[in-house]
Amino acid sequence: MALLTITNLEKAYVSPEGLETRIINVPYFEIDEGTQIALRGSSGAGKTTFLNLIAGILQADSGSISLAGEEMTVLSESERDRLRAHHIGYIFQTFNLLAGYTALENVILGMMFGNGVDINFARQLLERVGLGDRMQYRPSQLSVGQQQRVAVARAIANRPRLVLADEPTGNLDYHYANEAISLIREICHENSASLLIVSHDSEVLGQFAEAKDFAQINCV
Amino acid sequence: MKKQIGLFFIVQRSLRQHALSTLITMVSIALGTGLVMAVIAIRTQSVFAFTGGPIGFDAVLGARGSPLQLVLNTVFHLETSPGNIPWAMYQAVESDPRVDLAIPYALGDNYHGFRIVGTTTTLFTEFEYRKGARFQTQGEGRFFDPNRQEAVIGSYAAQKLGLEVGDQFNPYHGLVFDESMRHDEQYVIVGVLEPTNSPSDRVIWIPIEGIYRMEGHVLRGSGEDYVAQPGREIPDAHKEVSAVMLKFRNPQIGFMMDAMINKQGKVATLAWPIGAVMAGLFDKIGWMNQILALVSYLVVLVASGSILASIYNSINERRREFAILRSLGARRRTVFTVIVMEAASIAMLGALIGFIVYSAIFTSASAIVRAQTGIVLDLFQFHSVFVVAPVCVVLLGIMAGIVPAFKAYQTDVATNLTPVS
Repeated sequence: MALLTITNLEKAYVSPEGLETRIINVPYFEIDEGTQIALRGSSGAGKTTFLNLIAGILQADSGSISLAGEEMTVLSESERDRLRAHHIGYIFQTFNLLAGYTALENVILGMMFGNGVDINFARQLLERVGLGDRMQYRPSQLSVGQQQRVAVARAIANRPRLVLADEPTGNLDYHYANEAISLIREICHENSASLLIVSHDSEVLGQFAEAKDFAQINCV
Repeated sequence: MKKQIGLFFIVQRSLRQHALSTLITMVSIALGTGLVMAVIAIRTQSVFAFTGGPIGFDAVLGARGSPLQLVLNTVFHLETSPGNIPWAMYQAVESDPRVDLAIPYALGDNYHGFRIVGTTTTLFTEFEYRKGARFQTQGEGRFFDPNRQEAVIGSYAAQKLGLEVGDQFNPYHGLVFDESMRHDEQYVIVGVLEPTNSPSDRVIWIPIEGIYRMEGHVLRGSGEDYVAQPGREIPDAHKEVSAVMLKFRNPQIGFMMDAMINKQGKVATLAWPIGAVMAGLFDKIGWMNQILALVSYLVVLVASGSILASIYNSINERRREFAILRSLGARRRTVFTVIVMEAASIAMLGALIGFIVYSAIFTSASAIVRAQTGIVLDLFQFHSVFVVAPVCVVLLGIMAGIVPAFKAYQTDVATNLTPVS
């Protein structure tokens, strides 16, 4: 059963020169419940914009995005925020942890706007990603790999149905990148969340049975 | 409720993260709030103490001159004496059936700056400085014998001078202490009064006869100079008093005596009613209070502005933080609320610390007021400003938070999150 269905999705940007540049044109794309899909694409291909549209951070110019049975393109901004808070976990390339918060607090933040705060679950997640002894550390006190794991724990903290990962290994070296992808995949699997990952790293993409070329989906 | 806790969580972390600027802003708010509360509370208590506090008398009869000077000199033991009136005038009001109580005061000496007032024992046996409250001596003390060189000392004067029952002292001539003006007469303390929290606490009381007989004192009650001789009774005609403290049987008597002494007579002044005379003083210096209040309001306003400035300046560097919160599902209005709550929290904490500032200012000011006048101001006496000022400060804080909150509200998530791939 499809968790996410996208049809005729379009998004264009207006450049500083006033020229309209279409960056997204996806005729059809879908993700089933519990599946894990990787999208391959070069920089500037519109992968982040595509994920932001799915997350409801950006509003589509036209087309349809149906997530968990709700048509996102007709929702107001605050309704999209609600939908994102309840159903989507987001892992960023730069992790986007809040510097003033501890690892545990960063994970708690991931729950705050969605299905409610469950501190025990937040602790469990940090234990799960191997940071049980680093819960009170601030991001600046953690290594890059550890920060990435906090970001993974935060993305799953609101028990999302879909996890979006935007170049999640972009800031990691080869060894940690494979480890991080395995962790993301495992943790999504354990929590019954679908995973949509975008990357240009062939090593990362090699781990996925279903890796698609973004250029084939996005017909711009 | 859960959501509110969540917002407080974010606000608290944000204040922690910007601890220094938060602290500086809170301290400025605290200074403003404390200053406003102190200025208003001190003013209110002072005005009450000087116009309707523990005075106990209705009027003061004294030499022709300024009623205010008369009241300040006799009731508050400040200022110089406008002159003396004959003993006969005291006798006249004392025997007037409309007058409930007439107590003569004779001034002119001091002991290390604390005034010595000559009076009769009626002050201790009849006079109530507050309804139902008469002077009481501490411990084994007693009131003076009018025929002996004995003194009763107010609690504050005793404490400051280190005098206690049995101690002896020599008065000094004049109302201002001058070491060269020491009288030869020696007085013994026979009683230390219980605190009254009134100007009387700063006074040393001796028999009025003692003032008359003090070396170098010249009596001019009859119009001619007369110096009291040891062992010889002083004729009433030569006696004079600095003032007669009066209590009337009913308020109408004041009107009648006011007309008789102030409007028809030319020799004396009746300062009546004492509260109104003092209120006149406060009216005259009211502008000073207004300036003080204005300055403190301005301090609060500037401090509120500093909330706006400190939060507004931090918004740019926090855009990514807001974008991250938004990406986690926070709505625009949540971000707006967080900033407003942050401003309100700074204002509220500042207002709370303001009570410490208030206590410090009030304690210092009341020590000065007590030292100068004997009046005790109560730090813990409730005033509506203790509610109104913090509430207004929090409201100002909320208003100051609205501008930066709106700026945060406008934060675009996608452009502030990550580099686009």
